[in-house]
Amino acid sequence: MAATCSRSRLQFLLHLAQDNLDFRLPEIKALLALRGKPFLPGVNFSEQSPFWCLDGLCEEDVRTITARSVCAKSAIELWGHGKTHSELKTSLLNYPSENMLPYMQKDSTYKISVDTFNKTLLFPERIKRIDALEYLPFEGTVSLKTPEHIFVLLEDYGTDPNNIPEHPNYIYFGRWLADGQRELIRSHSVKNRHFIGNTSMDAGLSFIMANHAKIKKDDLVFDPFVGTGSLLVACSQFGAYVCGTDIDYNIIHGKGRSSRKNRTWRGPDENIRANLRQYGTEKMYVDVMVSDAAKPVWKKAALFDAIITDPPYGIRESTRRTGSHKDITKPPDGIYVESHVPVSQAYHLSDIFTDLLHFSAHHLVMGGRLVYWLPIYRPDYCEEMVPLHPCLRLISNSEQTLSSHTSRRLITMEKIKEPEELDSLAHLTDPRFGPYQGHDTFREKYFSGLNKRGAKEEDKSDINGE
Amino acid sequence: MKLLTHNMLTSHVKGVVKGYPLLIKATEVKMNEVEFNPQFVSRMIPKLEWSALVQAAEELGHREDLPGELMAEYEKDEEFLKKVHRVLLEVEVIEGCLQCPESGREFPITRGIPNMLLNEDEV
Repeated sequence: MAATCSRSRLQFLLHLAQDNLDFRLPEIKALLALRGKPFLPGVNFSEQSPFWCLDGLCEEDVRTITARSVCAKSAIELWGHGKTHSELKTSLLNYPSENMLPYMQKDSTYKISVDTFNKTLLFPERIKRIDALEYLPFEGTVSLKTPEHIFVLLEDYGTDPNNIPEHPNYIYFGRWLADGQRELIRSHSVKNRHFIGNTSMDAGLSFIMANHAKIKKDDLVFDPFVGTGSLLVACSQFGAYVCGTDIDYNIIHGKGRSSRKNRTWRGPDENIRANLRQYGTEKMYVDVMVSDAAKPVWKKAALFDAIITDPPYGIRESTRRTGSHKDITKPPDGIYVESHVPVSQAYHLSDIFTDLLHFSAHHLVMGGRLVYWLPIYRPDYCEEMVPLHPCLRLISNSEQTLSSHTSRRLITMEKIKEPEELDSLAHLTDPRFGPYQGHDTFREKYFSGLNKRGAKEEDKSDINGE
Repeated sequence: MKLLTHNMLTSHVKGVVKGYPLLIKATEVKMNEVEFNPQFVSRMIPKLEWSALVQAAEELGHREDLPGELMAEYEKDEEFLKKVHRVLLEVEVIEGCLQCPESGREFPITRGIPNMLLNEDEV
């Protein structure tokens, strides 16, 4: 495909889905970085817009993005654009014809589709739009079912559904290249997944996390709080070998009560491996283990290309580690009952993040990424609260709002240097861990907000951030 | 548990200095066919403790005449990579335990899944 790369100064348009807005830019940047390409937005770039013009790319670059992105709906090779249809016409007539003609040959078939954002056009209006493009030298035959080339006219009516303008704010025309991977959100929905738990990660967000982590074929990926393996499902889909651990014996073995409505107990084959099998990626399964993230079992080496995880915040699942404050009678020497469940103690959120960053600094390969969720009590949040580590560079920090006062932030970090003795201590005294110090600080605030309708005085002041 | 995982594990029992490699005491071992991927195997080999892999495979009776020392330019030898693939990803310990070489502490493996949790008094 070198020929397509040689056509100079092409511009491409990404049409993005208008949800998870905060996650889109890091996703596209990460996918470009996998290709070794920079993110060069066109003029008038707005992150909130569903249409992004990208410069400095070739067709193959764009195709690798759409082969992975769950934020992008489609991509076109941009031939012309403008604020009005007459501006579009001028722009299209100025577009080099040698770039157009190969797709307009006599013996080819094509179709033109009209797509609008924030407005629905009736069929006759669409036809009118297509007829208005007669100034373009289409020589081929129209085929609506199996066209060789698809052209797209996109009209952008802004992002405010309560204030839809009569005429589009902006119009684009170009050659359709490929659709993004929105289909994965439906095909991998947890609704139809074999094995799920109460906190299984939504399919769309799992794929977004895998993309932020720059997962690539033949990577080895680890999730230290694996749960039902939703993140491993997403990573395996992109060709990575996956492994994970969880402190919960029942989850790892797929035992206990089912999380599904009208089902009491989990079936015999409800486990992570079966989930991968369901999506045809069992060959990417390495192992899962019952293990405590606070007591890592891995040899000292850079083993993982990515660490991707959703740590427990103590809201819908408890935060636990092994160990006890109580004096427990020792079990008889040398007898370790397989089903023995050690008494667990609270795992402070601050410790979870300290341990996670420390572990990642030691066990990621150079350039490998850590992607995890950080729970946030919104009135208190400031950027300085995001934990740092001297060996890890912060790449992105995207918010998903959960309620008026809580959210979680998807944090992506990249390993930039090997840890030294001192690095392990550097962040222990870091004041940014303050908000997560003490086990229940975050949890208390989370639930205090929920009681706001109870009109308790102290809660009100909490919400207002006073 | 696959031998790839075993090769990356070490004992985390408190006070243990030489906890690598864990000894495998297997009562049930299974061969599970996995699609061969030479690129992945080549990527993994530099991360392996080769002698620990050979030893583990030997103990389980699946050494596949793997050489005691890693040869140069192994990434070009597909037959060799296939053998490593079988040992790394296809041999699975279903039942048994892992034992810390220093403290003797055993970690049970059931239904193919190691339980690495330590008891209250060990952490």
